Amino acid sequence: MLELRNISFSYGSIQVLNDISLSIRKGCTTIILGPSGCGKSTLLKLILHLIRPQLGSIEVDGAPVAEKDIRAIRQRTGYVLQDGGLFPHFTASRNVTLLANELGWTEEKQQARMEVLTALARLDKGLLSKFPRTLSGGQRQRVGLMRALMLDPDLLLLDEPLGSLDPLVRVDLQQDLKSIFGELKKTVLLVTHDLGEAAYLGDEIILMNEGRILQQGPMRTLVDHPADPFVTRFIHAQRTFLEHL
Amino acid sequence: MKIGSVIFCSIMMMAMQLSNGQTQGDVKVGSKQFTESLILAEIMRVSPTQRGLSSTRHDLGGTRVLWAALLKGSIDAYPEYTGTLSMEILGYKQGATFEELEKVLATKGIGIVRPFGFNNTYAIGVTEKYATAQQLEKISDLRKVPNAELAFSHEFIDRTDGWKALQKRYNLPQVNVRGLDHDIAYRTLNEGQIAATDLYSTDAEIEYYKLKVLKDDLLFFPEYQAVILYRMDFGKKHPEIIEDWNQFAGKIDESLMSLMNADVKVRKISEVEVARGFVGWVGGSESVVRDTVWTRFFKNLKDHLTLVFVSLSLAIVIAVPLGIICAKFDRVGHVVFAGVGIVQVIPALALLVLMLPFFGIGRTPAIAALFLYSLLPIIRNTATGIKSIEASLSESADSLGLSWWQKLRLIEFPLALPSVITGIKISAVINVGTATLGAIIGAGGFGQPILTGIRLDDLRIILEGAVPAAGLAVIVDLIFTGLEKTIHLRIRR
Repeated sequence: MLELRNISFSYGSIQVLNDISLSIRKGCTTIILGPSGCGKSTLLKLILHLIRPQLGSIEVDGAPVAEKDIRAIRQRTGYVLQDGGLFPHFTASRNVTLLANELGWTEEKQQARMEVLTALARLDKGLLSKFPRTLSGGQRQRVGLMRALMLDPDLLLLDEPLGSLDPLVRVDLQQDLKSIFGELKKTVLLVTHDLGEAAYLGDEIILMNEGRILQQGPMRTLVDHPADPFVTRFIHAQRTFLEHL
Repeated sequence: MKIGSVIFCSIMMMAMQLSNGQTQGDVKVGSKQFTESLILAEIMRVSPTQRGLSSTRHDLGGTRVLWAALLKGSIDAYPEYTGTLSMEILGYKQGATFEELEKVLATKGIGIVRPFGFNNTYAIGVTEKYATAQQLEKISDLRKVPNAELAFSHEFIDRTDGWKALQKRYNLPQVNVRGLDHDIAYRTLNEGQIAATDLYSTDAEIEYYKLKVLKDDLLFFPEYQAVILYRMDFGKKHPEIIEDWNQFAGKIDESLMSLMNADVKVRKISEVEVARGFVGWVGGSESVVRDTVWTRFFKNLKDHLTLVFVSLSLAIVIAVPLGIICAKFDRVGHVVFAGVGIVQVIPALALLVLMLPFFGIGRTPAIAALFLYSLLPIIRNTATGIKSIEASLSESADSLGLSWWQKLRLIEFPLALPSVITGIKISAVINVGTATLGAIIGAGGFGQPILTGIRLDDLRIILEGAVPAAGLAVIVDLIFTGLEKTIHLRIRR
């Protein structure tokens, strides 16, 4: 459903992405894995057309994207930022319903959708009337996820959604995410640098370093048949503490 | 949105009403803000009053303002001095003759009435006691007292045609010369600490302190004959009034003028009564009503608030959208900031005078000037507020698929609001202070008692304007600070 061809992107003189080509399969959870600064978040921004590649093209459902389609594409794409990206001057529920409200959804329709999402994201209903500042990191991510899912998007993008959470909250949310992804059967693209998280959540892994894709495939393949010395290094650098006991 | 346009329309209507709705008499007499000018203006007003015409007096600040108001037709006539007229207005190097002035003024559509008969020029004064003791009659006699301590007003010391030139012309030997405030110089002279000072030849203090004015025997000081200037189209419409005014020619000499000045300044009689006393006209329908402190306070408060409210509201309506545009388009921003920056460096007084050719006198030019002054802080703070929104929030808004207008309305503007309010607060406080200058061009407000108080040398009247003006600034500051806090709390909750 989404095809990136020979994409190169640089901020000024810094080359962030170098000749990236990949295709995302419908209904599959794809993990973009790599160290900090490898260009994985930039890839998501390109897919949302928040930035433009200097070289290469992006196709959605087999057609190139025209300027006038960009807003529609964004509205059909859910996006969860690392810190939630919630607007501080709106309550949690207003953050979630903002766009639906602008698109003219009735109050009943919004409420009904909220009910579904609150249950799905396992958010305490009482928190909906609170402002983002008073919520915990995990709660903010759940609200961010609800906002991304409000319009029932075709594609869900998550940029290090669990990156700033402490380990226990993180594990909780990982489990919840996995069940949500399984339940919704959406096309998901999730960025992380955590190997365990990638292995737990992903059907397909894309390992990146320094602006290039080094290997794409199931985690098993990456472990058993690394395509590049960096793949081996990256996988072995993240061994568990248990090995030291 | 609807509320916004309703507010906008009502402000525009208010502004339009203000520019048209000021009640004007048949005869509009202007005056500078000092006692002598006011007395002469009141003398000028007696004639139309006796003839059953209504007349208004417009107390305006300074030669430039009055001259511009006369040319514009905001006033019909005002008293002026020949020296000021020839040098300050018409740009002569020295005093021109009456015939010359008459000819030049006619080309500008301005008529001039023959002088009242007194010369209010700079003069040198000593106490009568000292004059008798040292046998001083004329300025040349000062050569007899080389060790005398002299003190002059700062302006007289600084002017090229002031002390330096006088000393040269008369070959005066004194070296003990100090600069002093005019009022303090009078007191110091009276206490005998200094021997002589500069004064205006019709000052009330001459009579009050029993001073001797030394004769300008070498004719050093230019003539400052008091005359009436009027618009010729007014003269055509009311020839009878010009005729009446001509009757005053040569009727007031220095000592009479000085006496009338003292009546107002020292004996606290109103200018109107002094003027009528001079014309020998008693009674008439228009009796002099003295306002109570509170009536004056509420009138000034109303005037002041009108100036501030209308100019600030207009500024908000224009500056907030402009600030948003500046934030979005850097190039436009550069042009706008340069333009508004220029307005900001024009001194308030000059800006007020600049407005006269466009708007005449009264509230409208004052509102226009205050409006221009209020723009920059609001534009700048709006632009800064929008620009300083966190990149992640801006990106978050874009990624939702909001249109630029939805993004501005729902995200950017609400987040920039505290900064916008701060800008409005800065403008409002500056505006309240600057509005006191509006009295100079006849806009009323708390500047009015300040000007009157300075003229009458009466601290009580000055405080009648200064204290409420300062109080108003504090209140405005408190209101907006409260608003800032509320909004900040809402956003950062």
